[in-house]
Amino acid sequence: MAICSFLPELLCKFPAIDDGTIRMARKSVDDGFKGFVRSYGDAIDAVVQPLQWFLNYLERAFVSSPWVLVLIIMIAVVYLGSRHVKITIGTALSMLAIGLVGLWNDTMITLAMVTVCTLISVVIGIPIGILMARSDRVQAFVNPILDVMQTMPSFVYLIPVVMIFGIGKVPGLIAVVIYAVPPMIRLTDLGIRLVDKEVLEAADAFGSSAWQKLKNVQMPLALPTIMAGINQTIMMSLAMVVVASMIGVGGLGKNVLQAIANQFFTVGFLNGFALVGIAIIFDRTSQAFGRRLQKHSEVIHG
Amino acid sequence: MASHAIEVKNLYKIFGPRGEDFVDVVKKGMGKAELNEKHGHVLGLQDINILMPGGCITVVMGLSGSGKSTLIRHINRLIDPTAGEVLYDGTDVCKMNENDLRQFRRNKTAMVFQKFALLPHRTVLENTIYGLEIQGIERRESEKRARGWIERVGLKGFENHYPNQLSGGMQQRVGLARALTNDADILLMDEAYSALDPLIRMDMQTVLLDLQKELKKTVVFITHDLDEALRLGDKIAILRDGRVVQQGTGQQIVLSPADDYITAFVKEVNRGRVVHVETIMRPLSGNPEGVSLPAGTVLEAAARTMTGAHVATAHVVDENGRPIGAIDLQTIIAAMVTPTSHADRQAA
Repeated sequence: MAICSFLPELLCKFPAIDDGTIRMARKSVDDGFKGFVRSYGDAIDAVVQPLQWFLNYLERAFVSSPWVLVLIIMIAVVYLGSRHVKITIGTALSMLAIGLVGLWNDTMITLAMVTVCTLISVVIGIPIGILMARSDRVQAFVNPILDVMQTMPSFVYLIPVVMIFGIGKVPGLIAVVIYAVPPMIRLTDLGIRLVDKEVLEAADAFGSSAWQKLKNVQMPLALPTIMAGINQTIMMSLAMVVVASMIGVGGLGKNVLQAIANQFFTVGFLNGFALVGIAIIFDRTSQAFGRRLQKHSEVIHG
Repeated sequence: MASHAIEVKNLYKIFGPRGEDFVDVVKKGMGKAELNEKHGHVLGLQDINILMPGGCITVVMGLSGSGKSTLIRHINRLIDPTAGEVLYDGTDVCKMNENDLRQFRRNKTAMVFQKFALLPHRTVLENTIYGLEIQGIERRESEKRARGWIERVGLKGFENHYPNQLSGGMQQRVGLARALTNDADILLMDEAYSALDPLIRMDMQTVLLDLQKELKKTVVFITHDLDEALRLGDKIAILRDGRVVQQGTGQQIVLSPADDYITAFVKEVNRGRVVHVETIMRPLSGNPEGVSLPAGTVLEAAARTMTGAHVATAHVVDENGRPIGAIDLQTIIAAMVTPTSHADRQAA
């Protein structure tokens, strides 16, 4: 660099902290974290043990039940949720196709995983979203955390998850939830904040308590947005299930991972399409369900 | 249930983060524009003193930005005042704690909103019982009461419709039924009919007047429409820039407007429907002539009766049928014609 010969070195070469100090800092953070894992690992494992049970139970139920039974239940759920014949037929056909190409068991494992992840995301996400909507300060605090959760490459936070929980289903589940919960939180917050001020004022004028307002006005009116959040969460869980297979989650994701490693073109795409099939089933069903909940907003009078 | 008066005393509302600091400046005479320019605070209400008699309809009238909606929200304290009192039964609403305020809102007040503010996910019936539901009244009992009011406001058969399936006029009937089901002493109506088209508005005014005849609630009605104010109001207060410019009966306001602003307002009013015969009658001299008109008859009705009977003179009788004055058609017509302007009249 010609220009640098005229300038002091400080302006040309970025004055980085020297390697020794960085190495030291890195080592102490890593050691500290390892120490933390060593001393509290068992306690943390004990806390998440119920998740493991729940996950195992559901997975066993999905995998070991006769496929006909699972298919019938699935079709019934889809129909009752969507009340839509086309969606129901589509579901039946795609599940049959998945079964025919021999991916039934893997699909069941993935389905169990996604179900548990979505439930946990909803259980965690809605209360946090409500808290965020009630206070600007909480919102200002939680928002940057959500930004980090959403933009941090998922492989990066697999590292601490694996360090704490090791390899297996529960760490996979936690990684998926971290990835999938932000839209749930954000859209709950947004939905509640968008509730018509006039209606809220009316609720106040009739003497509603904070809980009554939440239960009777805010949650019902925020429901379409919250449903969109649930939909997003399901989609993101499905996407993340593949990544989570790197740390020991079975199912379709594992097959995809093997296909990548061995360049199994057909296997990769078959599993990929199976995931797409599940995604579309979830998406159409939850959207149709959401629309059905909003039936009252149809304007009949012009 | 006997109704009680609401008394608004020395009420000030200054919007902005440090509203309290500017009450004194405003008391010393700083106006709305100056306060906004110098201190960036908005003067909502200043020195409001209104007695809203129990069992009567008090109309607060003003154009947009006059502070009328702000004023009505002080009565159930949806807005906190910067200074002043709102007394009901000797209790200052502004000093109630959270719990008392909630009880006050639940049991003493009910409100009807300009944009209806119904819960879109609930049916007409479920909207109507809302007030009772949050009071914790048993569902069967509250449904029974709600059905009664739904019928009274003319919505029988629509109990299971959603608000979106109803027209604006019908939605506001739901709003009214919801407020009445609460059986509260105070009925607050914030521009309740402003969003309705004229015919339906007239219709709803009639509904309110009919109900009020038997209910005798303390009604506070906000409107920007003078005709509506004159039709409904036992008492009218006119607001401008957050200040009461004039208050009194409709007749007082039409016959002696306090300033040019109100004169301009009342200019277009059909005085024949506001002014009563006893206001312009002359003392009885000699025997009562022509048809008899009960006191309280408006001029238009009097003229109609007299022309119908082909007489040019009439006498006014009190409620016992005793003649108290005389009137002729010419006087009536002269009184119905709008005087040229406030300034002209003062000069004369």
